Amino acid sequence: MRGTRERQKWGSPATYFIAFVFIALCLGPVLYIVIGGFRDNSQITASPAGFPSPWRLDNYLNVLTSPTFWQQIGNSTIVALTTTIGVVVLGLMVSFVLARYKFTGRGAMYSLFAAGLMFPMTVAITPLYILIKDLGLMNSLAGVILPQIGFGLPVTIIILVPFLKAIPDEIEEAASIDGASRLGFFFRMVVPLSVPGVVTTGILAFVASWNSYLLPLFILSDQSMYTLPLGVQAFASQYSVNTASVLAFTSLSMIPALIFFTLFERRIVGGLTGAVKG
Amino acid sequence: MSEKSAGAASVLDEKTLTGTRKVGDIAPNGASSPTGRRPRRGADWRKRLEITVLSGPAIVVFVSFVIFPVVLAAYYGFFRWKGYGPATDFVGLGNYAIIFADSAFREALLHNGIIIVLSLVIQFPIAIVLALLLNQKIRGRSVIRVLIFVPYIISEVIVGIGWGLMLQTNGAVNDLLESVGLGAFRADWLSDPKIAIWSLMLIISWKYIGFAVILFLAGLQSIPEELSEAAAIDGASYWQIQRNITLPLLGPTVRIWAFLSIIGSLQLFDLVFIIWGQYIASTAGTSTMATYMVANGRTSGNFGYGSAVAVVMFLISLVIALTYQRYVLRRDTAGALTERQK
Repeated sequence: MRGTRERQKWGSPATYFIAFVFIALCLGPVLYIVIGGFRDNSQITASPAGFPSPWRLDNYLNVLTSPTFWQQIGNSTIVALTTTIGVVVLGLMVSFVLARYKFTGRGAMYSLFAAGLMFPMTVAITPLYILIKDLGLMNSLAGVILPQIGFGLPVTIIILVPFLKAIPDEIEEAASIDGASRLGFFFRMVVPLSVPGVVTTGILAFVASWNSYLLPLFILSDQSMYTLPLGVQAFASQYSVNTASVLAFTSLSMIPALIFFTLFERRIVGGLTGAVKG
Repeated sequence: MSEKSAGAASVLDEKTLTGTRKVGDIAPNGASSPTGRRPRRGADWRKRLEITVLSGPAIVVFVSFVIFPVVLAAYYGFFRWKGYGPATDFVGLGNYAIIFADSAFREALLHNGIIIVLSLVIQFPIAIVLALLLNQKIRGRSVIRVLIFVPYIISEVIVGIGWGLMLQTNGAVNDLLESVGLGAFRADWLSDPKIAIWSLMLIISWKYIGFAVILFLAGLQSIPEELSEAAAIDGASYWQIQRNITLPLLGPTVRIWAFLSIIGSLQLFDLVFIIWGQYIASTAGTSTMATYMVANGRTSGNFGYGSAVAVVMFLISLVIALTYQRYVLRRDTAGALTERQK
């Protein structure tokens, strides 16, 4: 679709106007948060919706130089990266089995993972909390990573199985004629071919993990172990009177997500397109 | 709203697994058909090993951290339990009786229902109009698409904190209204029980309309242009085309979106918890089943009760999902040529 050589024309002014209004509504609050961080509390109290005058940098600087902030970013990064790798690797392996092997129980295995969609974190969280406690993983990143991998598997598998099924049998046959075993086929051919699907599911898993709040809330009790969403909320309630600081902290924690999104925007939207088309 | 339901519609149908496959299902390394004793013993054993090795880790993690807790939740729901040590105080269905007798739970359930309905009613018209407008191949379309998607990727925590600050009685929204002369509209957006639920809907819509637009755009793009062109040649106006061709063909996409929206509305927790906290939610009229569960389960130490609430949530979601799949999505998966479903 993107490659069509249609000369893109300008749309009607009405369309752009409506789009502009909508975008303004969408981004307005975001801008409020960002700009608010450049003010101080007296400014905010006096004129809640106004512009900074003068622009103050100390709120942002305070956050950027606070070790807790970077620690939490670090924690979130570790958790999100490990979760993503785990989900993708395990998901790819299982999807391969489900897509290209025939065996009794295949339907059951697939249903098992599909049923996982029906179990949101909210349902499992209480016993999960106890399970993690019994495993001695409370207040550890592993206690967050492992369940997240589990909960990320259903979506990943659902996206990857049709993807892997679409790899033509002829390739597999050719590989086996050339003497490659099933596993060899997997490693040397399937993995490279499945990169687009892997990227999409990886992004979904990463974003879900990065934004996840409920699970870390239950598992992590030490502020130094907090992931970013927890940190943001803790900061906001701890410094609730210091609105400007809270706004600065909040807007800085939006940045990783926004960067990530701009980098991968095409994949994310494309992945959703694929899911819709079925 | 969780991305995790992304493929839910196609999957509930379970035809995905057996889906389209070419040339029979003869795999080079032998099939496990009941009649065929074709594969040599060695290959069969080897195949099992490969299956186990490849799917093992995922199954172990999934069963341990997803299936097992859910089953445990059902188990603990029958007990009164503090969360440590073995569960000994068996109360049978006592927890469930309390749940349904508790007016706070019924309120939360009502709120979930309101959120479900309002989300669909508010987001659908706006998103459809926007999607139709943005479906034209005009310059700047991709930029617009990216920008309206931004609220969706920001975590609910951040959305909650930001909007929470803006909607405070002495916050930016009220101030803005005053400065443009609409001071009469000042309100206690968060604390007034009559208004709070609408504030919540405002925030939810803000966050998820972009998602709806993107989904609808994707669906619109798979409608062949020839159809609308042919209709235009026959003299149909733009809106006639939309009403009679585009919208009906957009049906499957809309139904999937509605499904995701419903599931998300049922599970809503982060936003409400962040903005209204554990206690205010019930007095401000914005509690959900999930916040009720956390307030009465974890916060008050009644883990057995919390589990029972979770099980109730799950059952409600399951019933709705199955009903939806049976009566709404079945139309999409049955195909246009098969007989009409009852």
